Amino acid sequence: MFKIVRREEMTGGTVILNEIEAPLIAKKARPGQFVILKANEDGERIPLTMADTDPKKGTITIIYMVVGKSTALFKTLQVGDSYQDVIGPLGKATHLEKVGKVICVGGGTGVAVLHPITRGLKEVGNDVTCIIGARNKDLLILEDEMRKASHDLRICTDDGSYGHHGFVTQVMQQALDKGDIKMVVAIGPVPMMKAVSKITKEYNVPTMVSLNPIMVDGTGMCGGCRVTVGGETKFACVDGPEFDGHKVDYDELIMRLQAYQEEERECHKKFCTIRDAK
Amino acid sequence: MADNKEKAEKKSRVPMPEQDPKIRARNFLEVPTGYTVKMAQEEAERCLQCKKPGCVTGCPVGVDIPGFIDLIAQGDMSGAIRNLWTKNALPAVCGRVCPQEIQCEGKCIVGKKDAPVAIGNLERFCADYEREHGTGELPPKQPPTGKKVAVVGSGPSGLTVAGDLITKGHDVTILEAFHKPGGVLVYGIPEFRLPKAIVANEVNFLSRLGVKVECNAVVGRTVSLDELFREGYDAIYVGVGAGLPKFMNLPGENLVGILSANEYLTRANLMKAYKYPEVDTPIPIGKNVVVLGAGNVAMDSARTAMRLGAESVKIVYRRSRDEMPARGAEIHHAQEEGIELFLLTNPTRYIGNEKGRLTGMECLRMELGEPDDSGRRRPVAVKGSEFQIECDLCIVAVGSGANPLLTSETPDMKLNKWGYIITDNQAGKTTKKGVWAGGDIVTGAATVILAMGAGRQAADSIHNYLTLGW
Repeated sequence: MFKIVRREEMTGGTVILNEIEAPLIAKKARPGQFVILKANEDGERIPLTMADTDPKKGTITIIYMVVGKSTALFKTLQVGDSYQDVIGPLGKATHLEKVGKVICVGGGTGVAVLHPITRGLKEVGNDVTCIIGARNKDLLILEDEMRKASHDLRICTDDGSYGHHGFVTQVMQQALDKGDIKMVVAIGPVPMMKAVSKITKEYNVPTMVSLNPIMVDGTGMCGGCRVTVGGETKFACVDGPEFDGHKVDYDELIMRLQAYQEEERECHKKFCTIRDAK
Repeated sequence: MADNKEKAEKKSRVPMPEQDPKIRARNFLEVPTGYTVKMAQEEAERCLQCKKPGCVTGCPVGVDIPGFIDLIAQGDMSGAIRNLWTKNALPAVCGRVCPQEIQCEGKCIVGKKDAPVAIGNLERFCADYEREHGTGELPPKQPPTGKKVAVVGSGPSGLTVAGDLITKGHDVTILEAFHKPGGVLVYGIPEFRLPKAIVANEVNFLSRLGVKVECNAVVGRTVSLDELFREGYDAIYVGVGAGLPKFMNLPGENLVGILSANEYLTRANLMKAYKYPEVDTPIPIGKNVVVLGAGNVAMDSARTAMRLGAESVKIVYRRSRDEMPARGAEIHHAQEEGIELFLLTNPTRYIGNEKGRLTGMECLRMELGEPDDSGRRRPVAVKGSEFQIECDLCIVAVGSGANPLLTSETPDMKLNKWGYIITDNQAGKTTKKGVWAGGDIVTGAATVILAMGAGRQAADSIHNYLTLGW
């Protein structure tokens, strides 16, 4: 059992932070790696990239958006409650290297995944500009943490309620225009990563994205997380989750992410009805 | 005596009672329902109690077959299971999934003139009888040796090693990557062939003997082999299975609705998705299902799809019926349940709609040519024979390769060109000191009992190492 020691509700309760006791994983995990969590006996295995780890305390932190039955179930877990299973660290760690000027672009809960990577890139000596975005001010997460993790933080909101009025891609393009950007890291909704990659390709700036496709085991056994990268099939769980953003087939990824959409909608609706009746 | 023998030979094999195909094709209950005491004793009496029993030589773990059958005939069910346990820690599993027809039963003298003694059915009977009516008394254990052994993977070979070494007095811990122990027995083999409660019971038997089971431990990620040695383990057995799904590399393979058999069966079995939405893991429900491949895993996938409500399920295989690698009984069961065989048929591409979902596949008719390297006649495409099959779900069951998760993190353990671990064949010793390996990660995908046989040999070798040295 993996006990929750800290829990925060963000963005009005649609995004949840859990700090979980998992000493073996905390000791081993590197930025960019993920865990699989399962709430109870009949629960689904949900992969989430870690937002933070504390090897001394023996804890890991995950931040997730409540989107379906399984995350709605996660949300019911309070401090002192436990996940039945947490498996990890899985996937390859981010290759952290000093390259010079780097832009980290994050959207939605992708910012949580971006956080340890940004911090790691800064720690190895890069000059890190971070651009994070959300639909509006209330949906923005980890502003203070990202400010600390980078040298320069820019904020965008789609509705202009905070920071730059517009998309992260516009702010990124301004930064690219100034030149000398050696690498871009983009983590967020697939359409955002697709848009970022399209622009950085024009500028010929290497771009890394972190993908979160549907998976079951997370150890390369099922192949459910197949993504096409540079015309080749890769398993995101063991070959990734990070890939060359210029080579990912995003349209295929979007379609594959919708594989169980109908089932999930029904299941979530039923869960909410039962929960609300209580 | 001679009289008895004659009488015995004349009795025909007691058939295994089974659920009616029409009913079972839509439920997940076990297909064979098991012998009654009377049936078991009647069948046991068919055994000739050969002085030099062929059946035992056909068993990869050397079960004393005439011995346990004689105890059944005498009505000593407790003695029979205890006899079995001395050679086999998983009789309830083996009685169900071993290919007896090419092993013990294939060598049975009675089988020369008549159907062989139903050794598998009797083994299953003993294990089931013990579970339902037994005393629960454990087999004897040697005094503690103070040596610690880690077993990586809780599939059939790992469980065998654990069972053998715990009774020899060693301290054994199983490390399993999934959240539940059993390996292929829980994620791969379906409920209707091997009820999960039975696997849990076999694992529980080992726990009662003192074996520790740690789940969610991905060796190669959560912990490395060297770290295990540093933690104080004296020897390690690696039985992680093959576990890397093969695809056919056809155009359109990443359409929604194409799953590896590993994924499909893991969802259905380990995650119990056949009970969805009672449980949280979904599984695609196909109306028209195609399964590629013709081994036992393909049969399991096809029969699962039928039980989940498919209108049609087709096995597509490029060779002919004679070359199908599945057990005859499995093919027979599948056909009884309404699964069609599309033999001498080879898929060439998948067809999808604008939403990226599978709608069909294109195939070619094949004919058999000259024998290939495997000795089987090579299928050759018939020119211009393209045709389409409508399908909304395709399960790819064309085999597994070596999963590199552990081996790629263990550079001092040598692998062959396919990524399988190189061992000295007799004992299962790897090129890394103190590490043994066996089962599918050494041989490539094979059977439960062969993995158990490898486990047995490795356990003997580990015991020698722990008591005598490398």
